[in-house]
Amino acid sequence: MLDVPSAPLLAVEGLHAWYGESHILHGASFEVRAGEVVTLLGRNGAGKTTTLKSIMGIVGQRKGSVRFEGRELIGLSSNAIARGGIAFCPEERGIFASLDVEENLFLPPEVKPGGLKTDSIFTLFPNIKERLRSQGTKLSGGEQQMLAIGRILRTGARLLLLDEPTEGLAPVIIQQIGHTIRTLKEQGFTILLVEQNFRFASTVADRYYVMEHGRIIDAFANSELDANLEKLHEYLGV
Amino acid sequence: MFEIFGIPSNALFSQLLIGLINGSFYALLSLGLAVIFGMLNIINFTHGAQYMMGAFMAFFLLQYAGLSYWWALIVAPVVVGLFGMIIERTMLQWLYKLDHLYGLLLTFGLALIIEGVFRNYFGSSGLPYAMPDSLRGGQNLGFMFLPNYRAWVVVASLVVCLGTWFVIERTRLGAYLRAATENPTLVRAFGINVPRMITLTYGFGVGLAALAGVMAAPIYNVSPQMGSDLIIVVFAVVVIGGMGSIMGAIVTGFGLGVIEGLTKVFFPEASNTVIFVIMAIVLLIRPAGLFGRTA
Repeated sequence: MLDVPSAPLLAVEGLHAWYGESHILHGASFEVRAGEVVTLLGRNGAGKTTTLKSIMGIVGQRKGSVRFEGRELIGLSSNAIARGGIAFCPEERGIFASLDVEENLFLPPEVKPGGLKTDSIFTLFPNIKERLRSQGTKLSGGEQQMLAIGRILRTGARLLLLDEPTEGLAPVIIQQIGHTIRTLKEQGFTILLVEQNFRFASTVADRYYVMEHGRIIDAFANSELDANLEKLHEYLGV
Repeated sequence: MFEIFGIPSNALFSQLLIGLINGSFYALLSLGLAVIFGMLNIINFTHGAQYMMGAFMAFFLLQYAGLSYWWALIVAPVVVGLFGMIIERTMLQWLYKLDHLYGLLLTFGLALIIEGVFRNYFGSSGLPYAMPDSLRGGQNLGFMFLPNYRAWVVVASLVVCLGTWFVIERTRLGAYLRAATENPTLVRAFGINVPRMITLTYGFGVGLAALAGVMAAPIYNVSPQMGSDLIIVVFAVVVIGGMGSIMGAIVTGFGLGVIEGLTKVFFPEASNTVIFVIMAIVLLIRPAGLFGRTA
């Protein structure tokens, strides 16, 4: 069988990032192809969140190369990066307290045509529809996470950066989020996921990168997960 | 003529009206301050000078361009607002991450400079600005005489204040503003040009001050220190209402104007200090202000 690798949708090369004086990323390199779900694994402080934030352009300073659809993003402002078709769901979810649920849902502007219709979002997350008039931060943790994911599906962005979407959530909610990610993948979304919980990641991911000290130190496909399990335990210290 | 608590109704109502007029200016100015503080985290001490510039702009437009009061209502806020945006781009934008004190010092310094320049060229005695003919005269309401111009100021200011409230609290644009007040980084990462929005917000807040200045020109004289006289009271209003609260700024603006007016009737000696007394009491009981949210 011919294996024709498609050009990567996102190509990160030699990425360095700083918060003030502290140098967090030390030349991280990896790529994500269109339609893939790729997971960044690693211990706390390995630089996973910083990697997502660097792609989005919201760290203090960055160097190296981040190419999306062949276009260099280093040097662009984060609003310009978002307009290019990348959407970010932060670890702390970023639900706005001074906005109600509906305003939160419709806050991110449409950046490309072809985002999910509101009805499809309500199908994925029926809870949100029930609570449109509530204050955003009055929702439960799980509902806030669904709102945080739901609102970036409307925008037409095709690359989603999800930072620990399962953190602190009950197993049944985690299952629902897993189901959502698989549905989104079927619909052609490309997802770069940061996870501590590789058992969850293994239910959705095509490939993994392992980070340590701000670099990518290993990579393998989901099919190679079992063979790499021992190594992985060592990397993650679990 | 009848009496209320031994006060002739005429005197009472005319002081109430003066209170409402002052309240209109308090509300417009403290609204601008609240909008600016919410978005920029800057206490805009230049506000009084920008109000004064609005009044002067109306004077210049009439004197040198022959443009009427009605034109000034539109042109002056735009011009002074643009001036504000230049200040924001060139100076204020570097201060957002620093302590409030820096913004306060910079805007206070700017206010002194602007006032000084105007005093140098126009002296400190006021310049007269004629009331537009269409708003001369007044209505006899039976219990009092209501000058048309004053009625217009109260109504116009109410409309502008409530319109601003509506845009901020009830529209998509307002949702962007509220969200960017909470977490500008994330709003920017959604693709919204937050720095530009901040510049426009400052321009709008300054424009409100200039609008108040235009409306004040026919009532008070146009003079370089007209802003600094007023701004101290307006800051007290903002403290009472709660920094950054939109409805708080509007309600306390009008409310304190009225209270001040009533004090003039019942206990004239205290009329200049009543607002500061209320401020002290509010600070003791509710340090975040009547409508403020404690952080």
